[in-house]
Amino acid sequence: MLTEILEKLRVQFGADSFVMSEFRDNVRVHVQPARVFEFLKHLKGELGFDMLVEQTAVDYLYYPDATDRFGVIYILLNTTTGARLIVKTMLNEPNLKLPSVYSLWKGADWMEREIYDMYGIRFEGHPNLLRILMPQEFAAYPLRKDYPLRGRGERHNFPVITRAES
Amino acid sequence: MPLAEYEPIVASEPNQREYHWTLNFGPQHPATHTTLRLLLTLDGERIVKAVPDIGYLHSGFEKLGEDLDFNQYVTIVDRMNYISPVANEIAWHHAVEKLLGIELTPRGTYVRTIFAELMRIQDHLLNVGTCALDLGAFTAFLYFFTQRERIYDICELASGQRFHASYSRVGGFMADVSHDWVNKVREFTKGFQRAYSDVSRLLNKNRIFIERTKGVGVLSKELAISTSCTGPLARASGVVRDLRKDEPYLAYPDFDFKVICAEAGDCYARYMVRMLEMQESIKIIEQALENLPTGPINSEIAGKVTLPEKMEVYGSIEGLIHHFEMVMPNRGVPTPVEAVYAATESPNGELGFYIVSDGDNRAYRARTRPPSFVHFAVFPYIIPGQTLSDVVAVLGSLNIIAAELDR
Repeated sequence: MLTEILEKLRVQFGADSFVMSEFRDNVRVHVQPARVFEFLKHLKGELGFDMLVEQTAVDYLYYPDATDRFGVIYILLNTTTGARLIVKTMLNEPNLKLPSVYSLWKGADWMEREIYDMYGIRFEGHPNLLRILMPQEFAAYPLRKDYPLRGRGERHNFPVITRAES
Repeated sequence: MPLAEYEPIVASEPNQREYHWTLNFGPQHPATHTTLRLLLTLDGERIVKAVPDIGYLHSGFEKLGEDLDFNQYVTIVDRMNYISPVANEIAWHHAVEKLLGIELTPRGTYVRTIFAELMRIQDHLLNVGTCALDLGAFTAFLYFFTQRERIYDICELASGQRFHASYSRVGGFMADVSHDWVNKVREFTKGFQRAYSDVSRLLNKNRIFIERTKGVGVLSKELAISTSCTGPLARASGVVRDLRKDEPYLAYPDFDFKVICAEAGDCYARYMVRMLEMQESIKIIEQALENLPTGPINSEIAGKVTLPEKMEVYGSIEGLIHHFEMVMPNRGVPTPVEAVYAATESPNGELGFYIVSDGDNRAYRARTRPPSFVHFAVFPYIIPGQTLSDVVAVLGSLNIIAAELDR
């Protein structure tokens, strides 16, 4: 089932447009960031991957033999056949931008906001790209590997509003 | 810390009419049950727009997952969906075992399946109970909470902890279950039926309950798929999908059970799906107890995956070395330099973990796919047009657990 899908992707985008890898039962497709949106659009529109199960990012700063800094992962699901496909793309420091997939799946709304909040990757075309878990005035991106586990003292310097001032 | 320019959470719309009210619902409100906030724009009693504001309970669980090893992180995972703690542990270790390529023993898979189903019942009991409580039916809540108490006892008997059991370990469990435990679960399955029939008679045809839930918060099938809904929420909207059947894991292929679905997609359908799912879970537990295999509970690939018995640690040098190897930060199980996504059908929906490993015995990245987070994003789509009192019913039927929502 998945081999057919990969074959169709090869026909559509060319054999060298993606790299396929497998681990256990996960099938992954590695795509260039510039082409990721058309890939996802094709996967949704033509190949029936109607659910975006999960969208997340990884910071590969201290990862062994890593060449790129960030990875963005899309886990797609076809709810009729049950096929799963993981689409992965890599990003590097000055260009932390990707097209938003909110127009394809509404579920991407909060997931993209969380990635922006935690890693600082911007999604172009997102209707409301604001921080979701951290406060709006928070200045760092906490899940990046160069952000320390115990924070940079934000907790101690947090503005305290007394009852008299409020 | 430098303060960035503060951006308001609600962008003011040009055509917003003068008489619209803005109401802050939460973060401290009895009906949210946890800490979350809704900014509601009201036209009289009708809701025009709802903007959820979350993050009040954000405590950096995923960052902690990068610091604690695979067994230590169980205690954190427990506290995500604290209504059904062991279900999270099972999901986390399901992903870790997939990464390491560990097969569970037959007894281990059966005990895990029983726990997973007990947790499903535990979660649905509280959800149905509080949903009814918010709508004014106090008795159903009490009947169901008594049954939850029995499940706490079962957890306590197995792990010594009533609430956050931290019972699961990589490749097995902290300790084997006893014969008393099996009897206790049997007792629970018998006693449960009475509470179940009491509550179904109280609620199923209750006119007030039906008026408050039928046709309220309708989630269409298309929207459910587009917004990544899973679990009872999606099944109540006609998405026929259950990971226990579609991507079988643990011992589910051995059992005979049904996937409960509805088409209406309203609060009443979600209530019915949850109620009937509990019956199916009881069926699974009964079958699993009948066929509970004997033998070791922990898998022994190369003998080095799980912690040794305490008797062995204190009684022999090999056991002591084994224990030492397992708990030292730079030793432990060799892990492949890979990434894996594994999901289980938790009571609330698809609970998945995306683990990236760099060969260490802790995760390089431990991403949770939290069902509550995904499901709460649906709220602004289904609430407009409903009245203010329906917010309580819809929130109750979505089953938002803020600790999992914010992590």
